Amino acid sequence: MIIGITHFLIISAALFCIGLYGILIKRNLFSILMCIELMLNAVNINLAAFNYFLPMPDLSGQVMILFSVAVAAAEVAVGLALIFRVYRDFRTVNIDKLNSMKG
Amino acid sequence: MEYFALTNAWLIPLMPAIAFVLIGLFFKRWSALSACIAVFASAVSFILAIFAAIAVIGSGISVDAPFVGHVIWAEAAGLHFEMGMLIDPLSVMMLFVVSLVSLLVQIYSIGYMRGDKSFGRFFAYISLFSASMLGLNISANFLQMYIFWELVGLCSYLLIGFYYQRIAAREAAKKAFITTRIGDFGLLIGILLLQTVFGTVDFLELRQLLPSYIASYGTGTLTIIGILLFIGPIGKSGQFPLHVWLPDAMEGPAPVSALIHAATMVVAGVYLVARAYFLFASVPALLEFIAWLGAFTAFFGASIAISQREIKRILAYSTISQLGYMMLALGVGSLTASLFHLFTHAFFKALLFLCAGAVMHAMNDEADIFKMGGLRKKIPIVFITMTIGVLAISGVPPFAGFFSKDEILSAALSVNTPIYIIAVITAFMTAFYMARLLFVVFFGEKTNMRLHHISCFMQIPLVLLAVLSLVSGLGGYIYDFGYWIRFGAPQPEHMDISIAVLSAVLPLLAFILAWNIYVRKKWSADCIAARMGVLYTISFHKYYIDEFYAVLCRFFIDGIGRVMYFIDIYIIGGIINVISGLVLFSSTLLGKIQTGQTQRYAAAFLCGVIILLLCGILYFNKISGITAGGGVL
Repeated sequence: MIIGITHFLIISAALFCIGLYGILIKRNLFSILMCIELMLNAVNINLAAFNYFLPMPDLSGQVMILFSVAVAAAEVAVGLALIFRVYRDFRTVNIDKLNSMKG
Repeated sequence: MEYFALTNAWLIPLMPAIAFVLIGLFFKRWSALSACIAVFASAVSFILAIFAAIAVIGSGISVDAPFVGHVIWAEAAGLHFEMGMLIDPLSVMMLFVVSLVSLLVQIYSIGYMRGDKSFGRFFAYISLFSASMLGLNISANFLQMYIFWELVGLCSYLLIGFYYQRIAAREAAKKAFITTRIGDFGLLIGILLLQTVFGTVDFLELRQLLPSYIASYGTGTLTIIGILLFIGPIGKSGQFPLHVWLPDAMEGPAPVSALIHAATMVVAGVYLVARAYFLFASVPALLEFIAWLGAFTAFFGASIAISQREIKRILAYSTISQLGYMMLALGVGSLTASLFHLFTHAFFKALLFLCAGAVMHAMNDEADIFKMGGLRKKIPIVFITMTIGVLAISGVPPFAGFFSKDEILSAALSVNTPIYIIAVITAFMTAFYMARLLFVVFFGEKTNMRLHHISCFMQIPLVLLAVLSLVSGLGGYIYDFGYWIRFGAPQPEHMDISIAVLSAVLPLLAFILAWNIYVRKKWSADCIAARMGVLYTISFHKYYIDEFYAVLCRFFIDGIGRVMYFIDIYIIGGIINVISGLVLFSSTLLGKIQTGQTQRYAAAFLCGVIILLLCGILYFNKISGITAGGGVL
């Protein structure tokens, strides 16, 4: 079996959906943050795959991935810091309890 | 020198204005200094007024060829406003009277107001008053006159309410302001109409434009303008329906009553009619209206004065009556007689008020004449001067009032007999109530009260005014008042013997009657009052005009207020409440969506994305289908 672009896309879509599903049903903020990372990486896979299957290969897609990973690292750092703040203020990381924005 | 006096006539009102600013801003605390500044400023403007008068007499300036100075005040979109001064015998006469009476009253006030906490404030106000009144006199157009007219009204408000600690004074001040405002409103509309119809409000320009206007358009609009303009004088000069503020204005200090509510301010209305006489004279119906209103007011004022008990109130109603006389004279077409009476009245009425002030001052502010008595020996100087004042106002020859009243009567007789009869009856009543005042206060049984000393500051103005009351009429007669101040051709002063005899005999009869009632007690005053019954009650209660206005206010204004309240609460308030309710309701509805659950938002977001994707796909398919179809074709 030749592994074509479709396989990559299927994997990436599956990862994305798993991440999305996690975001929607997980109660713990840490889990949600991890799910967001999952979705991000699904997109990175897409980028790598499209780069690989370009008719005239160059490295622009991979460069983009490097940027994306760096940004993701920063995002995780900020996200974790936010979660800590939330925990210190509300004494919980259960997202259902964090509903002070209720109208 | 003459040229200087004429071109710088604007200095006359400016002097007291400077005094007002200086006293009001800097020297209010120092009583003596503020009095000095005020008196000095008045003296300077009096001297300047004399120079202006000499210049007018010397340089052949007449009512037909006045001296005019203009500066442009404001220009906007075709409108052209000027400030100017109009110097002719009429305005110079007024400048002379106002600055002289104002100077004397200020000197008198030094004695009268001594020891008052607000001494400086008093002189500041009175300087402002002089400034506005003098400014009104030299005004060259209606707009400028209106400004000073309002300023005069403001000063009157400030001075009536001078003792603002007293409720009655506050109420009187408000009443005066509001009542004269009604008149001023009419005047303002009249001025605006003049501007729209003629395109100018300048007295001289209007005088030139008027004949051609009447020739081409008739007098219809002019009648309306005239009536509107005349509403101003009705308010300011205390003519019949709007006279109610004048007697109440006696709440102010006595010098204020003398200056404002007798001698100068209230004649502003007469002066305005005289100034715009070319306009009024061109509509005969208007003149007849003025004559009848004046005659009625003259009689009306006298009939109330006859039964009042407070000394200043009697004088106030006599002022209303005399102002009615002046209007009557204007109405029967004799500008000369009216202004001659204004001239003499200014002196003797100021004298009477200052005497009344001196009496009240001596009696510890007692105002009821029946609680006084026998003051003849105790304050002889006031007695003598007041007697002169009473003789002058009653029209006994050779005192001032005789000449001016005689002229009014002969003018009235030549035009309208019923008005003449009313005027004669009024003259008799005037003599009677003035004699009553004099006899009750100065004769009769003595009071045992210790009297206050009357200082020389108060005595000197009394004596000077008494001299003026004695000579101003004769002087005006000899030096031909009518040659200088007139409308149309000059009329030589003449004396109608029958009228002269009548107006000399009537006051004497009235004096004898009053003497028998109030001094010899031949007839009891109470008995006569009881015999008069309803008439006396009506007169004593001032025709119930105040009560009538109170009822009118209650029904009319309170009624309107109630309707407005209803509209405000139920209609305007209702609309606002419905709108705010709607907003509130929808916001609660929308607020329900905001659960605060982030994951719900994310889910909603996801649904939205899916829907958008589906739409996009469908739309894309359609477009590609169309283009594909097009490609086939």
